[in-house]
Amino acid sequence: MSALENLTAEGKEMLRRDQVWPFLMPKQQAVDVSHQVILYVEGLNLSFDGFKALNDLNLYINDGELRCLIGANGAGKTTLMDVITGKTQCDSGTVYFGQNHNLLERSEPEIAELGIGRKFQKPTVFEAHTVFDNLELSLKTNKGVMPTLLARLTPTQLDRIDQVLEIIGLKEQRFLLAGALSHGQKQWLEIGMLLVSEPRLLLIDEPVAGMTAQETERTAELLTSLAGEHTVIVVEHDMEFVRSIARTVTVLHQGSVLAEGTMDQVQNNKDVIEVYLGEEA
Amino acid sequence: MSQSLSSIARFSASDLFKGKGQPGGRVAPFVVILLAVTVLASAANLLLPESSPFYVSTYTITLLGKYLSYAMLALAVDVIWGYCGILSLGHGAFFALGGYAMGVYLMRQIGDRGVYGHPELPDFMVFLDWSELPWYWLGMDQFWFAMLMVLAVPGLLAYIFGWLAFRSRVTGVYLSIMTQALTYALLLAFFRNEMGFGGNNGLTDFKDILGFDLQSDTTRVALFAITALMLALTFITSHWIMQSRLGKVVVAIRDGEARARFLGYRTDNFKVWLFVYSAMIAAIAGALYVPQVGIINPGEFSPINSIEIVIWVAVGGRGTLIGAIVGALLVNYAKTRFTAIMPDGWLFALGALFVLVTLFLPKGLVGVFSQLTERWFLMRNRSQVKNSSAEESDKPLSTGAQASAGVQTKEASV
Repeated sequence: MSALENLTAEGKEMLRRDQVWPFLMPKQQAVDVSHQVILYVEGLNLSFDGFKALNDLNLYINDGELRCLIGANGAGKTTLMDVITGKTQCDSGTVYFGQNHNLLERSEPEIAELGIGRKFQKPTVFEAHTVFDNLELSLKTNKGVMPTLLARLTPTQLDRIDQVLEIIGLKEQRFLLAGALSHGQKQWLEIGMLLVSEPRLLLIDEPVAGMTAQETERTAELLTSLAGEHTVIVVEHDMEFVRSIARTVTVLHQGSVLAEGTMDQVQNNKDVIEVYLGEEA
Repeated sequence: MSQSLSSIARFSASDLFKGKGQPGGRVAPFVVILLAVTVLASAANLLLPESSPFYVSTYTITLLGKYLSYAMLALAVDVIWGYCGILSLGHGAFFALGGYAMGVYLMRQIGDRGVYGHPELPDFMVFLDWSELPWYWLGMDQFWFAMLMVLAVPGLLAYIFGWLAFRSRVTGVYLSIMTQALTYALLLAFFRNEMGFGGNNGLTDFKDILGFDLQSDTTRVALFAITALMLALTFITSHWIMQSRLGKVVVAIRDGEARARFLGYRTDNFKVWLFVYSAMIAAIAGALYVPQVGIINPGEFSPINSIEIVIWVAVGGRGTLIGAIVGALLVNYAKTRFTAIMPDGWLFALGALFVLVTLFLPKGLVGVFSQLTERWFLMRNRSQVKNSSAEESDKPLSTGAQASAGVQTKEASV
């Protein structure tokens, strides 16, 4: 009898109208940044055939911050981005987006859906598409197969694309194939593709590589204007550029954090001078 | 200045460059031509006396129907290869499976008119001493069920294969080899008598379809017309898909799958569904092919057939739906002609054609054609711009506009 009662009780619990079944609960939850930290990277280890690309790496990024990552070749900057965006699996460690999203158990599209956008080292835009189409594809929408098939641009989305075209200065080239753009314009288009998707966190790998001084300056302006509303992590080799935008700089060396602080603090750090800046001087 | 620039850019993006590597292009002219030819050929066969110079023989009608089903098959390969970059060397398998599903239905329509006169079993089963129909032949005497199977069996196979392959991120040459292995494995399986599909001889000796005699002129013409309609329908559907945002995503996957993934698209899902769609078109083509040709045997699974389809698409111009169709029609017409003159030489000719096309016409015949029309448009544009600038005596504008138009064409033709 009690078994039956249990069953009915369970059944009633299942049919409660004020609750959603667990498997129907939307997985997408807002990122919890109540502790002001948007990205927690703790104890990250990764080795390729014995080479330690990441070695017990710890990194915390505050919400709305603009952070620069610098370091010599092979210091693990791009590898770190690969792990955060789900491209590479790490050996051990944890990566949390806010306090509630474990990034290590998610795939690349899921991570992108959470609001983490990435710009690659080499500009990667869809060359067979126009600038406009590139941005349209990057819009923050439902990206399932059927919704994509039936998708129509809404006026709000059109406005958003126009707005971004204005920001990245490609308004006149909107119907040009992306393959016809110059290198610098491609870099900008890729940043635009990130912007139009309204991400929380932008990972930007070498944004000014191959840009003229003028373009570099405009990029610096753009990135600093983004910080605040978005959180931005920039990997860059160009020290002049880093100096112009950075509030906080993290120096990576052999897969772990060597120093962290303002540009001046970092440049005067003895370890840094020894392993990185020292070599250049 | 900027306004005129962007208006030129808009004009060229909307009209000139469509039907190139991009989703788009024109549908209506092709569909109209196709349907007009179909109606004319059908009328010429049915209404004119045989002595008339415009009479089209039933043989020709059947041949045209065969070409059109090949064109559908090429369309299927183009959707997956030209737009999504998945080189399937096993699409003949889906074609043959669709054909076999239709063949089984046609076998069951024979009834007791077989050589052995068995009321239910096809001849080859009587010959093999089977006492009853295998379970997978049941229900296939119903036309609607057989048509369902035409779509379901190849679709399901494509789904399972695609799901396994794309989820494990198999791409490029490895994927092509796997598709080749798939069709080869099916070839070997269908060769076996125990498989229950007539083994080496396949299925043949069909009598009628839906009660209509397969040998009669009207049935032949009707089958040809249905094939043309289905080709038009799949062409329009494919065009619509490729023009939607889904089509743009598919091309994006072809050009930068990693990027598409980082934008939040589950690229393996897109690839699986496109693969299933493509397999179903191939299957419909197979189902239309079999009643017109009158036989389906395991030879249709042979890897060479699948490779041949890829050549049709390459010759016509991959990445353009019309290119695939034109390529299939032209190469098959050439094949009919060539094999009549020099049967042994055909494979050599086909190989040579493939080499020539890959070396000199990477965009295929349609690519050459649109390059020519583009050049013509550009010249027309130039003279127009010159005229208008002469009127306004605004030299910088005209050169700027020319330069921009020049850049566009160059890029589009690369």
